[in-house]
Amino acid sequence: MNCREFTEFLHEYLGGNLPAEELAEFEKHLAECPWCVAYLDSYRKTIQLERAALAAPEDAPPPADAPEELVQAILRARPRAS
Amino acid sequence: MAPAGPSATIPDETTLLARMQAGDDDAFEACARAYCGRLLVVARRILQNEEDARDAVQDALLSAFKGIAGFQGQSRLGTWLHRIVVNAALGRLRSRRRHPERSIEELLPHFGEDEHQIDPPTPWKATSERIVQQQESCEVVRRCVSQLPEIYRTVLLLRDIEELDTEETARILDTSPGVVKTRLHRARQALRSLLDPYFREGEV
Repeated sequence: MNCREFTEFLHEYLGGNLPAEELAEFEKHLAECPWCVAYLDSYRKTIQLERAALAAPEDAPPPADAPEELVQAILRARPRAS
Repeated sequence: MAPAGPSATIPDETTLLARMQAGDDDAFEACARAYCGRLLVVARRILQNEEDARDAVQDALLSAFKGIAGFQGQSRLGTWLHRIVVNAALGRLRSRRRHPERSIEELLPHFGEDEHQIDPPTPWKATSERIVQQQESCEVVRRCVSQLPEIYRTVLLLRDIEELDTEETARILDTSPGVVKTRLHRARQALRSLLDPYFREGEV
């Protein structure tokens, strides 16, 4: 396996979906290539950072604190049963 | 974190649902108050625009209220509303005028004839819980995510943040699971390239 193939297999590797043969080759390459070690590590950290940054609602109102005008607009627009 | 979870502010779902299905006006108001805020967070993430996000929440809740009689409780009410707002937000995203976007290609790894990366990856700093949670890091990451081309940013949000599975993401985006997997991988690779200058070892 070379570095190009390594990056192509990375997604399946992290999902635990690599067949045994490819997995062995993937890990063999990883043991020999410091660049791909760095790439895998930074790819994992990217996912960690992205999840933390986006899931942390910087501007999220607490659930009970919905904008009143939006709630009112929704209630006004709701068709009532006759 | 995706589906709206139970909290002290959310009335008992089964009772709330039964009251809404019986046409109880107070129940619709309670539902709007309980879920509006958290649905708005989801819509803002996808649309990155307050006005569009509010419109999407309004569309979603009105559509949910209209269809409430047919909701059989196959999933939790919060999960059902979450899916509806994701769809409403994506619908708005599609109809919005598209801006010229950066190509994803320039953000993917490039390889030389020896099949090594032309720009060899450099180790990143340790991302301790503290660093990950820092306001400054979060702002950098959000800014970089917003620079991704829209079709990649959308898949990243649906899979990694809204926690939809590959099949459901494919269904919502009207594409195949294989395409979703490829786009997610590319989105993460591209985001990695954008974050690299900030998080590589030796950077402040």
